[in-house]
Amino acid sequence: MASGAQRRIKSISYAKYGYIFILPFFLVYFFFQLWPLINTFIVSFHGNGKSVEAWVGLQNYKDILFGGTRKVRVIHESFFECLRNTVILWVGNFIPQLALSLSLAVWFTEAQLKIPGKGFFKVVMYLPNIITAASVAVLFLQLCGQSETNPGAVNLILHKLGIVARDEASGIYKTIPLVEGVWPSRIVIMFIQTWMWFGNTMIMLMSGIQGINPSLFEAASIDGASSGQVFRKITLPLLTPIMAYTLITSMIGGLQMFDIPFLYTKTGNVKDHIKTLAVMIFQYFHAQADENKMGYAGATSVLLFFITLTLGLIAFYITRDKDEIAKKKQRKKIAQQAKKESKQFGGISL
Amino acid sequence: MSGNMKDVYGKAKDNYTAKIKLKSGILFVWFLLLTIICLLPIYILVINATRSHSDIANGLSFVPSHYLKSNWNKVFTDPGFKLCYSAFHGYKNSLIITVCSTFLTVFFSALTAYGIHVYDFKLKEISYSVILLVMMVPMQVTSAGFIAFMSDLKLTNTYWPLILPSIAAPAVVYFMRSYMKSSFPLDIVEAARIDGCGEFRTFLSIAIPMMKPAIAVQAIFAFIASWNNFYTPNMILISVDLKKKTLPMMVSALQSSDKFNDYGAIYLAIALSIIPIIIAYVLLSRFIIAGVALGGVKE
Repeated sequence: MASGAQRRIKSISYAKYGYIFILPFFLVYFFFQLWPLINTFIVSFHGNGKSVEAWVGLQNYKDILFGGTRKVRVIHESFFECLRNTVILWVGNFIPQLALSLSLAVWFTEAQLKIPGKGFFKVVMYLPNIITAASVAVLFLQLCGQSETNPGAVNLILHKLGIVARDEASGIYKTIPLVEGVWPSRIVIMFIQTWMWFGNTMIMLMSGIQGINPSLFEAASIDGASSGQVFRKITLPLLTPIMAYTLITSMIGGLQMFDIPFLYTKTGNVKDHIKTLAVMIFQYFHAQADENKMGYAGATSVLLFFITLTLGLIAFYITRDKDEIAKKKQRKKIAQQAKKESKQFGGISL
Repeated sequence: MSGNMKDVYGKAKDNYTAKIKLKSGILFVWFLLLTIICLLPIYILVINATRSHSDIANGLSFVPSHYLKSNWNKVFTDPGFKLCYSAFHGYKNSLIITVCSTFLTVFFSALTAYGIHVYDFKLKEISYSVILLVMMVPMQVTSAGFIAFMSDLKLTNTYWPLILPSIAAPAVVYFMRSYMKSSFPLDIVEAARIDGCGEFRTFLSIAIPMMKPAIAVQAIFAFIASWNNFYTPNMILISVDLKKKTLPMMVSALQSSDKFNDYGAIYLAIALSIIPIIIAYVLLSRFIIAGVALGGVKE
């Protein structure tokens, strides 16, 4: 057995490599992300428009969160409107998306089901995810767009299905306003998001399910468990880490939803009812020099940061690996005990 | 007695098979329906790219027409289109940025995950927690400071700010670490050390091949994310001329269709922006699905 000193030398020499290996990541991170993040905080304490240079402290936050004069109240209301839109759009696409992907992932991995063309289905369902979101937004804008004479592809399909009526005399369709309407346009965006992402989530979950030890499924099927029981008692609990990953990445993605709401407009101005926080931040940055709202943009960014952080930590807490924590505690205990024991032999720590 | 038993079991087995068959059948129909939903918008897009403006305005069709050539000419010669859309420059620019950043993301994420997983050092737990924390920072939050900083460094309107930051991809590190936890035993590193293999070589010639499935999956996701990225290029490449713009930026210019007023040409322009990646996907899909399936095989 190696003495304590020998072990220590060994561990020091390898620890060096640990630092070298993670160095590039942290270097780039500090340079391209952490410093910009700090910079954003600094911007959020400064003024807007012509007084960009002036230090205003927490005024921007106060304006956004509590309102004030009439000019400021617009920003205050706009912030909460955008937050509400973001949450509506995210929840409206995440819930159907997760339900769909989870059920598909389970069915795809169920061994006894004989479904022809499984591989083909997987390929097709993942397909929408690889298409550029900007192209998808413009494509759906074309498909959903309508004028008096041209109802657009989606409304035509709905007409054929008997949902959209047509006035026989004038030939004008009673179209659903899929671009202009409040809820129709929101539903279209939720649909686009689900359409684009369910394949991705499905693949993530499938790789998680396939990672579960197959002998567990075998044992369950020998014991006569129904597929519902297998799902609830084996698949779901063992899938928690991957589900956490999916939930967190989807949530972060949802909070920064930008491309589709930003481009899903005919006029170039994003409609108020589909404007997300990311769009709001982008617009505040890009306003004219005198009119810009740098300070507000910074403050909104910081608020978005804290919202994401809170939700992320909650998700982590709920889905944390309880076994791992118990193991860690035990390990710590053992290490402490070992430390205590080694102190009796000259105080060399391990 | 035994005949009776056979009868009972046979019936149960038949019941079971019938149930499975029924379930498979229902699921097959459901999958078929989803397939149609997935493909229909793309199909309409391709069909409409071959039709004329008035055809599209008048109604829906599922058979291609013969206006592809005139639409094509319009996209590539019409002065309005030429001002904001050039498919081949878009392909080139997007490809350069995407390939570089995908490589950097995958390589450095694997390196970081390996460093944290294999070595014991004082800041190990802290650095991993930092990475997890960092994962939650939305890009929009840093964008204000990022652009201000990049213009200080005179890096706006270049590709560097789009490529280099991909070295730090916390979500990918998180995924790779989880993968390593379950399928990369430390004994292998120990064995390599005994055989006199250097630490960096262990990583290159043992860890990377063993992590191929995870790397393949993450490379695909990174590639897609970078190829589809519209927000960052739109902020960084503020005043470049058309020849340096990425494909999503060009497509976004088509958004207000009143300016062009030819649906067929617009559909063709959108189609040109997505068809190459669909072709690449169809060619690689076997590998992609297999890679994903492999990624799940652990123990």
